[in-house]
Amino acid sequence: MSSQLNHNRRNFLKIAAATGGGLLLGFNWTDSEAAVSGAPLKGVAAPAIDFNSYLSINPQGVITILSPNPEVGQGIKTAFPIIVAEELDADWKNVVVEQAPLDTQKFERQVAGGSGSIPHSWKRLRVAGATARHMLLEAAAKRWNVSASDCTTSKGFVLHAASKRKLSYGELATEASKMPVPTDVKLKEIKDFKLIGQTIKNVDNPGILTGKPLFGLDFHREGMLIGMLQRPAFGYKLKSVDSAAAKAMPGIVNVVTINNSVAVVGKSTWQVKKAKDALKIEWEKDGNLESTSDHNRIFKEMLDSPTTTVRRKDGDVETAFKNAAKVIKAEYQCPFLPHSPLEPMNFFAHVKADSAELVGPSQTPEAARNQTAKLLGLPPEKVSVQLTRMGGGFGRRLNTDYAIEAVQVSKAVNAPVKVMWTREDDMTGGIYRPAVRYRFEAALDAQNNLIGYKLRGASINAGNATREDNFPSGAVENLLIDSIDHKSPITTGPWRAPITNFLAFAEQAFLDEVAQAADKDPVQFRLELLDKAKQKPTGKVTYDVDRMKGVIQLAVEKSGWGKKKGVSQGFSVYFSHRSYVAQIGEVVVEKGKPVLKKVYSAADCGIVINQSGAQQQVRGCVVDGIGHAMYGNMTFKDGIPDQKNFNDYKLIRMNEIPEIDVHFVQNEIDPTGLGEPSLPPAGAAVANAIFKATGKRLYNQPFVETEVFKGVS
Amino acid sequence: MALFKLQINGKSYQTEAEADTPLLWVLRDNLGLFGTKYGCGIAQCGACTVHLNGEATRSCMLPVSAIGTSKVTTIEGLSKNGDHPVQKAWDEVDVAQCGYCQAGQIMTAAALLKRKPQPTDAEIEATMSGNICRCGTYHRIKEAVKVAATKK
Repeated sequence: MSSQLNHNRRNFLKIAAATGGGLLLGFNWTDSEAAVSGAPLKGVAAPAIDFNSYLSINPQGVITILSPNPEVGQGIKTAFPIIVAEELDADWKNVVVEQAPLDTQKFERQVAGGSGSIPHSWKRLRVAGATARHMLLEAAAKRWNVSASDCTTSKGFVLHAASKRKLSYGELATEASKMPVPTDVKLKEIKDFKLIGQTIKNVDNPGILTGKPLFGLDFHREGMLIGMLQRPAFGYKLKSVDSAAAKAMPGIVNVVTINNSVAVVGKSTWQVKKAKDALKIEWEKDGNLESTSDHNRIFKEMLDSPTTTVRRKDGDVETAFKNAAKVIKAEYQCPFLPHSPLEPMNFFAHVKADSAELVGPSQTPEAARNQTAKLLGLPPEKVSVQLTRMGGGFGRRLNTDYAIEAVQVSKAVNAPVKVMWTREDDMTGGIYRPAVRYRFEAALDAQNNLIGYKLRGASINAGNATREDNFPSGAVENLLIDSIDHKSPITTGPWRAPITNFLAFAEQAFLDEVAQAADKDPVQFRLELLDKAKQKPTGKVTYDVDRMKGVIQLAVEKSGWGKKKGVSQGFSVYFSHRSYVAQIGEVVVEKGKPVLKKVYSAADCGIVINQSGAQQQVRGCVVDGIGHAMYGNMTFKDGIPDQKNFNDYKLIRMNEIPEIDVHFVQNEIDPTGLGEPSLPPAGAAVANAIFKATGKRLYNQPFVETEVFKGVS
Repeated sequence: MALFKLQINGKSYQTEAEADTPLLWVLRDNLGLFGTKYGCGIAQCGACTVHLNGEATRSCMLPVSAIGTSKVTTIEGLSKNGDHPVQKAWDEVDVAQCGYCQAGQIMTAAALLKRKPQPTDAEIEATMSGNICRCGTYHRIKEAVKVAATKK
């Protein structure tokens, strides 16, 4: 499968001779390297990097690749350069990867979100590497006076087999930079990939493992001040502040009011923290003061409300339910969750008279820049944003509130300031996964066929809590999906695998219950529905039936579904963020309590770029999905969060994880994202296995607070 | 403010701080040693783990005034060239996702292996469960501790 691409000229900005000689190519997203055999060249000083470009090769053969997308632990800083290096035929050990700053002139979509980076950039990165390779090949052919078609490339060299000559990319870089840029470059055949699909280590390992200051919170600038803010709880605003005591404390430079928050600015973290604790603040009511008990009542009202938004309607649901031989009904509820990245929110800002400098961890740096520009009345090009490595994000850092706060504080005190949130600030400061309750109804006919399906999503600040075209939509003739949302002062936002992170649990747990009512094997039940979606679809079908069946079959085969003795298995499958994932959980009962022993995960994300990173993303998603389904619970009393730190909000730990067996469907389909898709199915794989083991269905998260786990801490 | 003399990573430091300042913030704010991380401030997550006379200690709740002549080792001082067996194992196994918690994980693991060169699975779990990894790299952490146990 070799592809000829007419690449978009916009994607190739220009070619310029590098400072000190070398090839600099500007493409969207890219870079690669090349060089000589033997020891890595990374110690060799490269010429000054021109940040107007993405890929540079220095005369010594060191290839520097700028990675433009924010690195939040999803491994993009390693994966992107692998793709470029593959098409360039570079020697990976001579590649140096650097994080690019925000630069909308040169890059597109500098975002970490939606599992979208790889699908967006896959072709661009390949073309970038292939184009450079082509120019190096042409330069060598010209020097040797041979046909380029008689030359080949390997590990950073151009080779001419007939004359047994070879030249390194470093030697050719200057000449190659003057060759015409090919307009349609031939990409490798998938079967010829050498790097893609291998096990390649995180490019930041050396810094991470020795404690280098890679993260936003590690950023330091001489003369910089530290800022912390006391923010109102939900439904409150600032009434008055007595900051006399705080201001008098050592190291405190200023106390200022920013909107409804009070910012303490000083010389060191501990001094600022203590002064913040010494503030005397009066808050006043500014909206509904909601409690979790209110939400539980509001959920019931919404589920019975005559006023909803219909999201999808196929056939005649009323008649189907009237004619049903059996009706199954169930409700599922999931709480608010904080994101809890281990590095709390923080950002550095230095607002000057006619510009602003921002440094920090952001999944959406362009939004941070544009909002800063608007706030300060500056043109966006006067605001710079440097990206640091992020200590996790999970969607929290798609929001820019904490960066904008830093800008406001820096402006107010007229100094460079790093604003940091304590863990308590981070957990109580807003932006949660929305809380949701679902009601499902299924109608079976006398032959146990699923003839009707209803889903209503009732949510707090989720907008549409359903995904109306997800499976089993398309496989049921009579279907109604609607939603209703309550607007609350408790702020919410995207949380890893938004909506599907709890919808998948509810849907896949309900289908398990329907399969049971239909007296069918849960896997067989879904396969029959999938056949129906393919052979006799109702309405739009947005998932690929064959790919979904592919992951089901792989999970079934690897787990020995239905054939194992001594364990209870539960099944779940989900399509989200363009990838397909089936999971099978295995539970045993020990001392009267269910214990999750193992999860088999089978994913189809197309071509796997990096085995190491891909395996990590799947395992991390499963641990995340199980951990939050089991333990995560954020509750409120009159707008004030009940949980404030990891002593009362539990995250999963090493002694609570199951073994996780990771498998990928092997195909040659363009790769899709892996940062999220393995999370949604995990909760139901566990819940369904627990049902098999105990006969008890789980309807509410966190599981640990339900009857089957009572007494388990 | 008082003057404190500290022994960190084999070097002597003098720094001024308030007596109740946690070692974590002295390391990060006063001495520019940013490898030790803040995660919770209440000794629940382990991101701030350092060695105090060779023992794994949470630095976020340890007042600088309580250190006295104890010897402090941070991730920066665990080895000269990043080649402590635990660091090598962490690289080989490719443990890190975001990487933020890993310095604390490594310091906890290094102290465990010093005390118990061949830990059982249960001992690894019991010790390492004090450190949170929000990315969920626990499988590889466990594997890396075992790999490190085979190294000199």
